[in-house]
Amino acid sequence: MDVMQLANNPWGQVVPIHIAWFLMWLSLAAGLAFLAAHALFVRFLAKPEADAGPVAPELAACVPEKTPRHSLAARIFHWLMAAAMLTLLCTAFLPRAGLRFDWVNIHWIAGIVLLLAIVFHLGHAVFFMDFWSIWPDRADLGNVWNGVLRVLGKTVPASAKPGKYPLGNKMYHLAALACGLCLAATGALMLFRVRTPFFTRDPYLFGDLTWGLVYLLHGFAGVALIALSIIHVYFALRPEKLPITRAMIFGAMDRRYVLAHHDPKRWGCDAGTK
Amino acid sequence: MAIIRDIMPQFDLVQPASVEDALALLARHGDTAWVMAGGLDSLDWFKDRIKRPKVVVDLSRVAGLRGVSAQGDGLTIGAMTTLTEVARHKDVQERFGLLSRAAESAASPQIRNQGTIGGNVSQDAQCWYYRNGWTCYRAGGNMCYADTPVGMNREHAIFDAERCVAVNPSDTAPAMIALDARMVIQNAGGTREVAAQDYFIGPRHDITRMNVLAPGDLLTAIRIPAAFAGARFYFEKVRDRRVWDFPLVNIAAALVMSGERIERARLAVNAVAAHPVRLTRVEEAVAGKPQNESTAELAGSLAASGARPLQYNGYKVPLVRNLVKRAIRGQEEPWT
Repeated sequence: MDVMQLANNPWGQVVPIHIAWFLMWLSLAAGLAFLAAHALFVRFLAKPEADAGPVAPELAACVPEKTPRHSLAARIFHWLMAAAMLTLLCTAFLPRAGLRFDWVNIHWIAGIVLLLAIVFHLGHAVFFMDFWSIWPDRADLGNVWNGVLRVLGKTVPASAKPGKYPLGNKMYHLAALACGLCLAATGALMLFRVRTPFFTRDPYLFGDLTWGLVYLLHGFAGVALIALSIIHVYFALRPEKLPITRAMIFGAMDRRYVLAHHDPKRWGCDAGTK
Repeated sequence: MAIIRDIMPQFDLVQPASVEDALALLARHGDTAWVMAGGLDSLDWFKDRIKRPKVVVDLSRVAGLRGVSAQGDGLTIGAMTTLTEVARHKDVQERFGLLSRAAESAASPQIRNQGTIGGNVSQDAQCWYYRNGWTCYRAGGNMCYADTPVGMNREHAIFDAERCVAVNPSDTAPAMIALDARMVIQNAGGTREVAAQDYFIGPRHDITRMNVLAPGDLLTAIRIPAAFAGARFYFEKVRDRRVWDFPLVNIAAALVMSGERIERARLAVNAVAAHPVRLTRVEEAVAGKPQNESTAELAGSLAASGARPLQYNGYKVPLVRNLVKRAIRGQEEPWT
């Protein structure tokens, strides 16, 4: 079963033209399978974590009742990006699933919104946020190892509490970053293949093979995003994660949740929204 | 012109004798089946070895799909009725002369004797890049070879081009829209009717098809209501050769008159987009106005609004304008 579709170009060369569309259904199935597997794992197999003990009172005292987590700018970016991503997914894949509508213009307009949002986010993250807080660090690796041992039935010390973002958040961000950048970069190039007000359409910007690779990368990242979106919505709606979701709406987290799930030394105490 | 390679790839030929059998076969074989009416478009595709269906459902033995019959004040035309039969049918000539003229203008007498009305309205694009088997958008690829700086696009679209710039080449399709026809589509799940205007689709909605027929669907009949019966009709086809050619642009117009005033009008042009284009702005503008030169000028000025010509088909813009003027005047000039 081929994961890409090949074709002969007018010069007789065999070039890729796009991904095989069954991957769309595969990604949908993978997302739903992950969802089901995780739900079953949490329900029947997951071992409770050892309690890390209470936070030192002097440390706890510096955590405000409502701990700011996401600035208004960060929240607007998140929801704008989410809307653009969902629009892009629907306009890309619903026509493939048989729903006929005029999708191309909506798709590239949503793509440009996403591109601008990503550019804004890059600047915002580098200059106005705690850039490294979203990247996995050594403590995360230790926690992963402890988690594996715990599932295997070993007694291990309590995991170190995370800073602003737990490892799951960080990993998801990493995957979304890879897909998002790939989609944005290839999508920007594909704007040269359709009529837009921005520049003259030029299908000869690249050769057929290069265009084929651009379409392949766009397609692979796009179908990966189907599974990623399912997983994201699933975690956002899980009861134990709802405080994180609420913080993305209202901007702040309850002090009690921060003390229970985060290390105030690493985040929360300075009450910053960085 | 495509290179004819003469020998068709192997396929199973099935020849149902009834609509029910045809529908059952189409349901069984899904998108591996190819519906063949008169065979004029199909056989070219097969000989060029570009379309390679596993099963060809030949409708030539389905008697129930042939003939013209009165239905209420209108007519029902079986999809397998030949273009010659449509053009020469007394009721069609007397009440819906527009369709008679459109059918008569298609191709050559031999082709009209074999070609069917269903096949004519449902025929595929004639873009030579697509017909030559290049993997363009319409063929499932990611490129339009006609819409490039060096693409040969003299015959291509000036309206609604969206990645693919191929045009619908049917002569009878604009007449169907002008007559407010309804297309009867059957599949294993039942029957539905769609307005002719909605039967044809452009690349914005589905870049690989020119009409709403999905695998398993069969166009079984076309119903012509009485709405425009006996109206003042106009059909004109501009083509490179008087004998046997596809249109560069064609126009079908039906004007319902009240004295010398145009009470209501319906106009459609074809070969300017991937679907016949109904000129609603022109229709609205001429309604209630006298049929004279100033109304014709007004209609002509509105006819090509929104047109975006390609490198080599700019001539279609004044052509559409002039055809609309002539349609409103009701006077064909001798050179076509």
